[in-house]
Amino acid sequence: MTGLKFVGTDIPSAEDLANCIHCGFCLPSCPTYLATGQELESPRGRLHLINGVREGRIEPTSRTLEHLDLCLQCRACETACPSAVPYGRIMEDARASIMANEPDEQPREWRLRAFALRNVLARPRVLRLALGGARLYQRSGLQSLVRRWVAPVLPASLRRIEASAPSLTAAPFRKTGTLASPAGAGTRVAMLLGCLHGEMYPNMHTATVTALEHAGCEVVAPPAQVCCGALHAHAGDAGTARALARRNIHAFEAAGVDAVIVNAAGCGAAMKEYGRLLRHDANWAARAEAFSTKVKDVLEFVAEQDFAHDLGPVDRTVTLQDACHLAHAQRIRKAPREILGAIPGVTLNEMANSDRCCGSAGLYSVVQPEMSGRVLEPKMAAIAATSATTVCTSNPGCTLQIENGTRRFQVDADVRHVIEVLAESIEAGRRP
Amino acid sequence: MPTNDTGPTNDPGSLIRELQEALGASNVLHEPEDLVVYEYDATIERSLPDVVVFPATAEDVAAAVRLAVKYDLPVVPRGSGTGLSGGAVPIKGGILIVMTRMNRILEIDADNRVAVVQPGVINLHLQNALAEYGLLYAPDPSSQRVCTIGGNIANNSGGPHTLAHGSTVNHILGLEVVLPDGRIVRLGGRVPDAPGVDLRGLFVGSEGTLGIVTEATLRLVRQAPATRTLLAIFDSVAAASEAVSTVIRRGVIPVAMEMLDQEIIRIVEPRIHAGYPLDAGAVLLIEVEGVPDGVAADSAVVEQACRDTGAREVRSADEAEERERLWEGRKAAIGAIGGAAPAFYLLDGVVPRTKLPEVMTQVLELCREYGFACGNVFHAGDGNLHPNIMFDPTIPGATERVLELGGAIMRACVDAGGSVTGEHGIGLEKRSYMEWVFSEADLDAQRSVREAFGPADRFNPCKVLPGGHGCASGHASEVMQHLGAGSYV
Repeated sequence: MTGLKFVGTDIPSAEDLANCIHCGFCLPSCPTYLATGQELESPRGRLHLINGVREGRIEPTSRTLEHLDLCLQCRACETACPSAVPYGRIMEDARASIMANEPDEQPREWRLRAFALRNVLARPRVLRLALGGARLYQRSGLQSLVRRWVAPVLPASLRRIEASAPSLTAAPFRKTGTLASPAGAGTRVAMLLGCLHGEMYPNMHTATVTALEHAGCEVVAPPAQVCCGALHAHAGDAGTARALARRNIHAFEAAGVDAVIVNAAGCGAAMKEYGRLLRHDANWAARAEAFSTKVKDVLEFVAEQDFAHDLGPVDRTVTLQDACHLAHAQRIRKAPREILGAIPGVTLNEMANSDRCCGSAGLYSVVQPEMSGRVLEPKMAAIAATSATTVCTSNPGCTLQIENGTRRFQVDADVRHVIEVLAESIEAGRRP
Repeated sequence: MPTNDTGPTNDPGSLIRELQEALGASNVLHEPEDLVVYEYDATIERSLPDVVVFPATAEDVAAAVRLAVKYDLPVVPRGSGTGLSGGAVPIKGGILIVMTRMNRILEIDADNRVAVVQPGVINLHLQNALAEYGLLYAPDPSSQRVCTIGGNIANNSGGPHTLAHGSTVNHILGLEVVLPDGRIVRLGGRVPDAPGVDLRGLFVGSEGTLGIVTEATLRLVRQAPATRTLLAIFDSVAAASEAVSTVIRRGVIPVAMEMLDQEIIRIVEPRIHAGYPLDAGAVLLIEVEGVPDGVAADSAVVEQACRDTGAREVRSADEAEERERLWEGRKAAIGAIGGAAPAFYLLDGVVPRTKLPEVMTQVLELCREYGFACGNVFHAGDGNLHPNIMFDPTIPGATERVLELGGAIMRACVDAGGSVTGEHGIGLEKRSYMEWVFSEADLDAQRSVREAFGPADRFNPCKVLPGGHGCASGHASEVMQHLGAGSYV
């Protein structure tokens, strides 16, 4: 017996849960159900567990919570669901109402995770310090020493984390203020820089600025912006997610822009849901709702602009991984294909089940490495079957996971955000 | 039945240990938090199993069945748990045998048009694998993207294309099954008309009461070279019903004739965007197949028949993408009702096709009389009705009245010369209606068959046949007290 139950203001609502009629149509869309064949690791099963905990019929033991924890929150079940069950927010609400228990009641791993997220991602200075250490580790030659001499004796889990760390050799993107102001710009947009994103994949940000400028936009990056809070919300730390949302709304409102551009699908999905996140906050609900309507994924936004002029050839055979939080959470599938289709020289070979999760899922690949690997395996097989030499993504987490996948499963392909391929084409078009 | 010298034992710990030894520890679930997600199918019936096992082979199944005999426990087979009659709900507990791991397509013999599959294969996965040979497995339930072949066999499932091709029983050549005493036997064969008593036919639709299918040999059909999907738009359900009989009277049997009434169109269209007009009283989705010239000729007959019975418009789609969009609305309809009503009761009845206009009028009148909204989406060509009664179970007395209305609609089907299930099976939910269709002597004959295979309380007890030792009436009203908002019966 535990003293745990759902408490607080985020308890999953009866109305949300009532939409589920147990038809089971979600099962074959769920990566963890496909990996296990077990109802326990399916959306229908998890909703049943959540409903049971809510009604007090099922004890939220560590075993119950483990099934909730094994959910990738990819939301593919939302696309498959004929009853429009809002699974993503039910799962976030369930996790938040477990984390709303007193700290000593909270599951230890959940508490540690929330602590780490709160004190690292949400604090740029701590994050940069940590990444600075990692960068030094990679550049100094210490990494190659460790990989040669120390890694073989490390436990498998540490070895996996060491091997899957991103390459941090490029200089981080930390510019703020005005990033581009082309002559005659008709639209003014602001960019989310994110917490890890500019540190890990600075070229995605550079490419985003290039593409937005090419589409005739003035681009700014408000310096007061912070992490979007998506990972905190996914982990049940609704308090930190809300605090970050308020700071971002404040920062971006002050910039006076037509749109807030996000080049990480997970962050964009979370920011489009700020209205819902702050719904109980009388001072912020309306502002959050208004802010959310301005949030656009970079691909969604660029595809609606005049972007296809003066593009130069890019010689790449690509396949496209639909980021879960783009395809399922934001329901955007056409924009990346329209952009790739407009680039001369690019051939798109679609992979099977391109909208199935790669197993990255934010922190998931770190906290659930075993299942993450089982989900990654069929993804890499699907990629290999296309013979593409570039895998296009729209989210840094997917990029990291698939980069790891190419090493682990010996797939000869590089991984690029769609916007990076577009930027290459823009650059090629500028050459005489 | 092998006799058990030591008699049944009751120690649950040793049962679990023995199951783990036989099937592997990771293929046995027994913790309360794990069992709870195996208490349901797609109905509101709920009952916990004592233990859940995931066999990989027929031998695994046989081992689990032998242990059930040893410990005197019921055995209930389960596929994807999408059943609509409570068939996979372990109403008396026992060992729930989940077949999802046995999901391999063992053989596709294109020249002989035969496939051999394990029962956990998902219907749509089989169709996808057959597509490259230009073949298909005809039964295509609306849940085909998730339901298993084993579940289809248990319920003798149909689907839109049953009209032309027949239901599951017409497509099973042979079966390997585990009997209630643990023997593994083969029924039927690989060619049509195996000699001896047709036990294969007996097993199809037996809802897991006679044994468990561990392998199936399926008859395949050729994909037609040309297919056209017509959408005929009517002002009323009665006119659309009339069109169904008129089409067939004029000598054309389309491969599918599906009806969606206004209530359903208004729920489905905004979500699925299939292209059904929101102001239509009913639409018929009609599919014609064959060689291109034949399709053209047949569709002309269909179109004229629809216009003569009052269709205000008939659209047609030849391209796969357009046709799939029209079908998408039909396939997602039942699920979409979940988002539109707090709860609904999905019925499954059959009437002779020619009685369709009069029974549909009766159905709508009964719903009005009881004061419930009702959406109809069904296999009109087969006379297989699916009224969906929408209601709010939190209103006191609503559920009882809905069940009463369901009974009245079933009664109307039987009175019109029809039956109480077209394809969903009897399961728990409709046991009590069996007496409307069969005499006591008829039912006794069915009981004798069941008992010839094993004791009635071993394999899926309290299912299909009314009565039974220690069984509640089995009607959904028995579990009404557990009715949560949003569930459907």
